Amino acid sequence: MFIAAAAAILVAFALAITRAIKGPTVFDRVLAGNSVGTLAIMLLAVIGFLTGRPEFLDIGLTYALLNIIGTLAVLKFFRHGDLAYDVDSEAGS
Amino acid sequence: MTIAIELASWLFILLGSFFTVVGAIGLVRMPDVFTRMHAGGVTDTLGVGFLVLGMCLQAGLSLVTLKLLFLLTLFFFSGPVVTHALAQACLHERIQPQLAEDRRGRHHPSTPEEGRAPSKPS
Repeated sequence: MFIAAAAAILVAFALAITRAIKGPTVFDRVLAGNSVGTLAIMLLAVIGFLTGRPEFLDIGLTYALLNIIGTLAVLKFFRHGDLAYDVDSEAGS
Repeated sequence: MTIAIELASWLFILLGSFFTVVGAIGLVRMPDVFTRMHAGGVTDTLGVGFLVLGMCLQAGLSLVTLKLLFLLTLFFFSGPVVTHALAQACLHERIQPQLAEDRRGRHHPSTPEEGRAPSKPS
């Protein structure tokens, strides 16, 4: 059963990577990257159960936190062209 | 009782696998970035939710269940935040959602109004 779940997650991985390669805009790629991160966390959890070592979940938790911060940082970078932008210059636009 | 829990866990994990694949197929097949976000949401909510619930039933009452529920809570809050930020960034870049009228008028040569959807009053 866990093997079926792992296979499904791997198929979803392939499809998300297809979108990341094809994606016409950068936001498609960011979305696909976020999906790949989510799927990687689930794959870690499933493989942890498959091998009888649920300690893998700790790695999954860490990766979940990194995934949020990473996606938001990339989005902020593409929105402002800079991670340390000036807030006051944004107010007029 | 044990068999019932086992069966429920199987059901949840198979449903989670199904919705994960459905969301990924939508990610490839949907026409523009906003609809792709919608498809990605299926993986983030139903797929992850059912998989985590199934694994909770497998793990029983232990620290592993607590970690899985924490992971679920994290996804519950991070998914909408990331999707909202992504949609904001898309609108900021003047990417407009594809509307039904645009798809109907696909055979005609594009007019200047096409693709520039009227923005809803907020």
